[in-house]
Amino acid sequence: MAELAKLGWYRESRLSSLSGDGRLFLWYQSASISFGWVPMDYERVVYLKSEIQRIGEETLRELKELDRQDALQELKVKVLGKKGSLTALLRQMGGLSPEERPMMGQVVNDMRSCLEKAWEERGVELDILALQKRLTTERIDITLPGTCVSRGHHHPLTQVIEEIEDIFLGMGFQIAEGPEIETDYYNFEALNLPKEHPAREMQDSFYITEEILLRTQTSPVQIRTMERLYPALPVKIIAPGKVYRNDDDATHSPMFHQVEGLVVDRGIRMSDLKGILLNFSRQMFGESREIRLRPSFFPFTEPSAEVDVSCMLCGGAGCRLCKGSGWIEILGSGMVHPRVLEMGGYNPQDVTGFAFGMGVERIAMLKFGIEDMRLLFDNDLRFLQQF
Amino acid sequence: MKVSLEWLRELVDIDRSVAELAETLTRGGIEVEDVENLNKGFEKVVIGEIVSLTKHPDADRLWVCVVNVGQEVVTIVTGAQNLLVGDRIPVALVGSTLPNELSIRKSKLRGVVSQGMLCSREELLLDATVGLDRSAEGILVLPHEAPIGENFGKYLGREDSVLDLELYPNRPDCLAMVNVAREVASLTGKKPHLSKWTEQNQVLSLPTASDLRIIIENEELCWRYAGLVVEDVRIAPSPEWMQRRLKAAGVRPINNIVDITNYCMLEMGQPLHAFDRDKISGDVHVRAAFPGEKVVTLDGIERTLQIDTLLIADDCQPLAVAGVMGGLDSEITKDTKRLMIESAHFSGVSVRRTSRRLGLRSEASNRFEKGIDVYGIVATLGRVCDLLLELGAGRPVALVDVVKNLPAQRQVSLSVEHTSTVLGAELEMAEIRQVLEDLNFKYQEQDGQFEVGIPSYRSDITIEEDLMEEVARLIGYDRIPTTLPQGDLTQGSRTPEQEFRRRLRRAFAQSGMDEVITYTFTRAEADAQWGSAKHSIPLLNPLREELGVMRTSLVPGLLDVAARNVTRRTMNVSIFEIGNTYWGEEQPLQKLPREELRVAGVAVGKNGRHWQNQLVNYDFYYLKGILDRVALEFGLKLEYRPAENQVLLHPGRSADVYLQNQCVGFLGEMHPSLEKTWGLERVVVFELEFAALLARMRQTVRAHSIPRFPGIQRDLAVVVAKDTPAEAVLSKMRKLGGELLQQVEIFDVYRGNPIPDDRKSLAFALRYQSLERTLTDEEVNLLNSRILEGIQQEFGAEWRK
Repeated sequence: MAELAKLGWYRESRLSSLSGDGRLFLWYQSASISFGWVPMDYERVVYLKSEIQRIGEETLRELKELDRQDALQELKVKVLGKKGSLTALLRQMGGLSPEERPMMGQVVNDMRSCLEKAWEERGVELDILALQKRLTTERIDITLPGTCVSRGHHHPLTQVIEEIEDIFLGMGFQIAEGPEIETDYYNFEALNLPKEHPAREMQDSFYITEEILLRTQTSPVQIRTMERLYPALPVKIIAPGKVYRNDDDATHSPMFHQVEGLVVDRGIRMSDLKGILLNFSRQMFGESREIRLRPSFFPFTEPSAEVDVSCMLCGGAGCRLCKGSGWIEILGSGMVHPRVLEMGGYNPQDVTGFAFGMGVERIAMLKFGIEDMRLLFDNDLRFLQQF
Repeated sequence: MKVSLEWLRELVDIDRSVAELAETLTRGGIEVEDVENLNKGFEKVVIGEIVSLTKHPDADRLWVCVVNVGQEVVTIVTGAQNLLVGDRIPVALVGSTLPNELSIRKSKLRGVVSQGMLCSREELLLDATVGLDRSAEGILVLPHEAPIGENFGKYLGREDSVLDLELYPNRPDCLAMVNVAREVASLTGKKPHLSKWTEQNQVLSLPTASDLRIIIENEELCWRYAGLVVEDVRIAPSPEWMQRRLKAAGVRPINNIVDITNYCMLEMGQPLHAFDRDKISGDVHVRAAFPGEKVVTLDGIERTLQIDTLLIADDCQPLAVAGVMGGLDSEITKDTKRLMIESAHFSGVSVRRTSRRLGLRSEASNRFEKGIDVYGIVATLGRVCDLLLELGAGRPVALVDVVKNLPAQRQVSLSVEHTSTVLGAELEMAEIRQVLEDLNFKYQEQDGQFEVGIPSYRSDITIEEDLMEEVARLIGYDRIPTTLPQGDLTQGSRTPEQEFRRRLRRAFAQSGMDEVITYTFTRAEADAQWGSAKHSIPLLNPLREELGVMRTSLVPGLLDVAARNVTRRTMNVSIFEIGNTYWGEEQPLQKLPREELRVAGVAVGKNGRHWQNQLVNYDFYYLKGILDRVALEFGLKLEYRPAENQVLLHPGRSADVYLQNQCVGFLGEMHPSLEKTWGLERVVVFELEFAALLARMRQTVRAHSIPRFPGIQRDLAVVVAKDTPAEAVLSKMRKLGGELLQQVEIFDVYRGNPIPDDRKSLAFALRYQSLERTLTDEEVNLLNSRILEGIQQEFGAEWRK
C-alpha cells in the first residue's frame, strides 16, 4: 500500500509541475534576458523565437496527450530528430549575424533540453500508466487447474518393497536375490522339507518338471546366500522377490511377493529377532507399534514364531481390521533350524541365526486399506494412479 | 480339529472362559481359528409354565398368556391354539435373537403388551423328536418334567462351544482329544485325568484269537496291526450323548459300532475300522495290490488299484484300501454278529498317495498321513472295549497284535545355558523343570543338563531346539526380551543391478508412465508371438490354461493390461514393467533356465487433456522421447534402425533399438493386422534388455565446462526427399560443422503446400560456439554455407530461404 500511495503522489506532483504555460513563461523570460535587446534582423529573430515557442508549446501539448511509449518516440523524432521541426529551425539560423547565431543557438538548445526533460518525465509517467493499466487488465481465473508435467506412478507393491528394503538397509542388511524358477532341492529339501513331508502340503506348487518348480517362498535364497557367503560372517540379508502358489481368490494370488530375512552369526539370539522385527514394525507401521510373538511351525526354523503387530488402525483396542483382537499377523519367523544351517555350509555348533518372511501383498493391503488382493494384479490404472 | 468343550471337560479341568481358553491355546502355539457357540440363538430362550390363558379382549384369534419363567412372571400374546394352562413351553424373552434370526422385542398387540414370544419347533429349527405330539399344531409343548426357568439350550444339551483348531503339520498329536487335553493341561498348569484312556487292562487280559491270523506282508508300510474280535454284536443307534459329541466334531452318527470306532478315533487319534468277522475268509493279509486288482469300496464304486496301494485282504479278496476306505463286501450291516476291529499303523506316504489318487480323503486318512502313535494302537482298542461294554454293543473276546516295527523311544538333551543363549532370556533350572513337569515329560537332571524322555505321541520333538520351543511357548514368548544383534556393524547395500533397476523404474515413472506388475505366466500363443516358443517353459499344473507358460516377453502381459483398461474406458494408457523373462534351453527342462530381466512399455490413446494444451498422441515419437530421455539419464545414447521384425510391428513405424552397435530391443507401433486380436488401435510398444543397458551405463558424470564466449545461432531450412531420415541429415551437418557446431536440433518438419508431395521441409537450429574465442559472423557464415552445400550435394536438399 505504501508503495502505491507513493506512486500516486509521485504521478500527481509530476503532472502539476509540467503544466506547460508556466514553464514556458519562465523559459521565455530567461531567454529574453540572455539575448539582450539587439535590433538587427529584428523580424527574423522574432519570427524564429516565436516559431521555437510555438513548436515548444505544441510539442508539450502533444506530449501530454500521448499515451504510448512508441508514439512518444515518434514525436521525439518528429521534433528533435535529424529531420525534426526544431532541428529545421536551427538550419534557418544561417541568415543570422555571427553575433546572433550563437544566441539563437542557445535558445534552441535550451528549448531542446527543456523538451528532452519533459520527454523523459512523460516517459516515466507513461511507464507508470502502462503498469497501472497492466495490473488492472491482467486478471486470471485462479481456480482453473494448473498445468503440470504428468508423472507416472510406481506400483504399490514396488513402493512397499522399496520401503521395506530401505528400512533393512538402514539396519545394515544387504539385498540378496535368487531365481524364481527353483530346484526342488533349494525350495524344499535344503529347507528341511524332504519329499513326502506333510508340511509340503501347506504349499501347492507349480511344477515344471518333477525336480524344477516355481519357488513357493523366498526361503531358498537363505540357502543360496549361505552357500555363496560361507565362511564369511555375519550373514545379514533380506531377499525380496516373486513367489508362486497354486491358489487364486480375494486373499491369495498365484503369483505374489515375499521378503525373506536371514541373519547368521555367532551368538544370534531369538531376542535379536524380536529387536530387529520391532524396529522394522515401528518404521513400517508407526512409532507406537508393539509386536508379539506366537509359537508357530515352519520346517526351516525352530523355535518358530508368528509375529503380530499391534493394530495400526485402532492401536490395539480392537476394530474391524484386527477383527477385535488388537493384533494383526504380519510375518512368520524363527531361529534357523540347525539342519538348514548345515545345508548352507555353516556349523550349527558355532553359529546360530534367525530368519523371517513376510508377504508384501498383505503389508500393502494393510498399509493402503486394499480389500481384495486381485486388485494388485488387475492393473486398472484408476486403481494404480492412486499411489 | 473340532473340539467340543463339554467333551474336553471330561478329560481336563478348565478354569477359564471359552474366549480365554482360545487365547491361551493360540498364544501357546495351538491356533484356535474359530469358536462356535452351539447354543447360539437359545441364549435368552427359557422354559416357562403357562399360569393363565385368557382370550384377547379385542381379537378373536389371540390369547393372552401369563407365563412363569422362573425369575419372573410375564405376559405374552400368542396366536397359537394348542396351549393349555400348566403347559411347559420355550419362551423367547425380550432381547433374544432366535436360530431363525428373528429378534424379539417388547411389543403391543391390539393394546395388550407382550413381553416375549412363545416358540414353535420351526422358529427354533428343531425336529419332531423334541416335545409332545401336540407341538405340531403350534407352540412347542415340552414334557411336564422340563424345569421352569432353565435355559432351553441347556435343557437340550446344547450348552457347548466348539473350538476349531488350526493345526500345523508338526502337531498331528492334537488330532486326538486326549492330546488336546494334555496340551490344555500343560498351558494352564493343570493335570489331565486320563487314566480311563491310558490304562489298557481290559484289552490286555484278552486271549489271542485262535482262529484269526494277521499277516503283515509289507513291513515298510505297516509297522503294526492289531485286530479286536468282538462277538454278540447288537447293532443299534448310539446313545444321544455320543451322537451329540460326534456331531460337534463334525462326524455323522451311523450306528453304535461305527460311532464307537469314530468316537475312539477322535479321542485317541487312532483311526479304526470294523470288519464283519464272518465275511473274512481265512487270514487277514496286509499287502500291496496285485496288478489290475479291483475293490468295491463302501461308497459302491469299483476301483482299480495301482500296485503300490496297500490293501487289507483275506485269503480270497481285498477287504479294504488300507487307511483310506473299507470294502463294501466286509461292511458291517444290521445283521452283523461278529466283528474284527482294526487298529493299525499304515505309512503316511502310502496313504497320502492312495487317498489322493482315489480322491478319498477322510478323518482317518488325514491322521495316517500326518502319522499316528504306534504305541497307542492297543490302548485305543482298550477304550473300544470299554465303550462296547458300556453301550452293550458287543463283547470283546480276543485280540491279535502283530508288531513289526516300533520306533525307538526318544531321549533328547536340553541344556539350560544353551537354551538361555539361543532364546536370549535368562532361564533358571526351576523354570525348565516346571515346563517339563507341565508337559508331563519324564526327565533326568545333571549339571544344568536335562535328559528328557519324549512321549511317543509327540513325534515332533527330536532335537534340542524342539525342546527349546516347548520351553519358550510354555514360559510364554513374551518372556523373551528385545535386543539387537551384538556382532560387527554391517553396511547395508544394494548391488549395482538392484540400484540400476530402482533408478530405471524411477526414470520411467518420471517420464509419465505408470508401473504395472503382471503375472509371469501367460498364454502360450501370445508368448510365442512376441517371445520365443522354442524357449518358453510350460507349467505342468497351471492355474488356468491361459496362464500356461513362463513368459519370454513382457509385451503380451502389458497388451492385456492396456486392453483391459481401454475396455474400461481409460483412454490414456502409458504403462511399463520391469520384470523377468524365462528362457529354457531344452525341453523338458534339465537345469534351471536363464532368467532375463527386461523393461517393456505400451502406450495407447492420448495424453495432456488440459484446458490450455493440445492433446498429445501416444505414438512412436512419444515412446522414443521417453526412451531417449531415460537413456540420457544414464549417459546412454540409443540409435534407431529400421526394425527387422515386420510381422509384429508396423513396417513404416518401427525401429530396432541399438546401443553401441548392439541391438538391445525394439520400439514401434504394433502391426495393424494384430490390432483386432488385442482389441487395441494404434498401440506403441517397446521392449529392452535390462542387462545390456546396465552394462553400458555411465558410472559417474564427467562434467564439461561452460563456454565463456558467446555463441551464434543460425536457422537453416531445407527441402529433401520425403524418405530422407532426419538423423542422416543431422549427422552430416555434425560432421561438416566440426567442433564449432556445438549443437544442432530439428525444430520443424513440414509437408504440404508449397512443398511437392514427395518432399518435406526440415528446419534446423544450429548453434556455433568456441571454447577459446568469440566467433566472427564471417567464419560462421562460411561454415553455415559449407554445411548447406554439403547437404545439398548429399541429399539433393534445396535451401528454403
